[in-house]
Amino acid sequence: MNEMIDNLLTTGLELWNWFPADWQTFLLILGKIILILAPLMICVAYITYAERKIIGYMQVRIGPNRVGPRGWLQPIADAMKLMFKEVIIPSQSDKFLFLLAPVLSIMPALAAWAVIPFDRGIVLTDVNAGLLYILALTSLGVYGVVIAGWASNSKYAILSSLRVGAQIVAYEIAMGFALVGVIMASGSLNMGDIVEGQAGGISSWYVWPLLPLFFVYFISGVAETNRAPFDVAEGESEIVAGFHVEYSGMAFAVFFLAEYANIILISSLTALLFLGGWLSPFEGFVEAGNWLAEPSLLWFFAKACFFAFCFLWFRATFPRYRYDQIMRLGWKVFIPVTIVWLFVEGLMVYAQIGPWSA
Amino acid sequence: MSITDFLFFAFAGLTIAAALGVVLSKNPVHAVLFLILTFFASSAIWLMLEAEFLAITLVLVYVGAVMVLFLFVVMMLDINIAKMREGFVNYLPIGALFAVAIVAAMIWVVGPVGPEVMNTDALNQAVTHGPDYSNTRALGEILYTEYVLAFEIAAVILLVAIIAAIALTLRRRPDTKYQTPGKQIKVKRDDRLKIIKMDAEVSDD
Repeated sequence: MNEMIDNLLTTGLELWNWFPADWQTFLLILGKIILILAPLMICVAYITYAERKIIGYMQVRIGPNRVGPRGWLQPIADAMKLMFKEVIIPSQSDKFLFLLAPVLSIMPALAAWAVIPFDRGIVLTDVNAGLLYILALTSLGVYGVVIAGWASNSKYAILSSLRVGAQIVAYEIAMGFALVGVIMASGSLNMGDIVEGQAGGISSWYVWPLLPLFFVYFISGVAETNRAPFDVAEGESEIVAGFHVEYSGMAFAVFFLAEYANIILISSLTALLFLGGWLSPFEGFVEAGNWLAEPSLLWFFAKACFFAFCFLWFRATFPRYRYDQIMRLGWKVFIPVTIVWLFVEGLMVYAQIGPWSA
Repeated sequence: MSITDFLFFAFAGLTIAAALGVVLSKNPVHAVLFLILTFFASSAIWLMLEAEFLAITLVLVYVGAVMVLFLFVVMMLDINIAKMREGFVNYLPIGALFAVAIVAAMIWVVGPVGPEVMNTDALNQAVTHGPDYSNTRALGEILYTEYVLAFEIAAVILLVAIIAAIALTLRRRPDTKYQTPGKQIKVKRDDRLKIIKMDAEVSDD
């Protein structure tokens, strides 16, 4: 038996060495990508289940409980159903763009994970300008929605894509400014360095000195993902389902995959940028060596899960914003708040007050 | 051919093809999308020139913001494509003239085109940096020391442009009715509701 396993291992190694060096790197990177995306897709599937359950309990009902034990197989059943449904393409639509739009919306949501560190050194690519890369990629998500609205050739869809275009451009500025605050505090664009700059327990996280920016960032994140209470893009009471009113089957499902992948992305980013990512909140409070004080993957997951929960919580709590008030909040409240706080932060850096020494 | 060469030619080809698509596509929305692809491919080329800050900023500013507004406007246009195609032959010589002039200007600036360009001393002397080299820091250092005055002037010009754009589009319309959310939130019960004490009325029948 052991001999068999040994033989298998050696043949496996020989097969691996048979590949040229370039191919080995390529295959390694491909493997890492699968290692990140496969759990992400499972998370996306189960955050839909969590959403229905959590909102269900908040509204004093049970939520899905029929498929599998306690409804655990519900997301699988939903995915199967959507896969076997026909993708209907409207006859007057721009067919190529109609099918390209879901791809354009999920591409940035997945590609942004390339620079997200999960733990010290556990990251696909450790690039210098990581935060800038994420900002650039999240700004691309709007194209999927806008093109979907236009290519559908439907009035509800085009109304939705106009709303989304204006909303995302407005909130992206506030979001970018909030991230400038993080960059000023950490003196780096590298995600790993930003997290390491927050070492030293809960009191050294950037959330305290940058509290207004933290709120602006997270609320803008909710608006960027088109989630309630900023979901005027879908607005089922006004414009049916907005940009995806003409979509069915897997094309529709891909939009939803992108939306939930974006929720997880924004939650993880908030955890990394403001709450010290994988660092422990008890560092410096319990003696070193205790697992509570050690940085680990678990802290990162716990923080990201909390923010993902907030997304669902908001949806169960707040009524939808009126469109003009969304614009007012973005342009007249968030952008001035971020600019004022950047000025304050600049003064603090100049006077060397606060946690940053640079 | 190494993988970097391959990537360069792939993205350079994509840039040219997409740029042609901008000019040749019938539908203006397609033209805008081709322009986005052009930006994207040229950003990939910048990335390979180790200018990662500029490359990502190109995507962030142009693709992420400017082109969204472009698309926004073009989407709203009601365009008669047949009418736009009229006079293609008439305008062709002028267009060709401009194309030749631009190509000539580029050759004049860049130098002679040919395989020997790939082997000039300037190219061979180009310094390649390791993965630790931060292009962002290098740009920042030069921008805030050597070119600080030009940088500040550019910022002021942009600020003036913002103010001008707002001043041009701002319309004060005192006759329209609108709600002030702040006032709406501050409303108390007593502003809207009056509770009157009165005896119960008894009907006679």
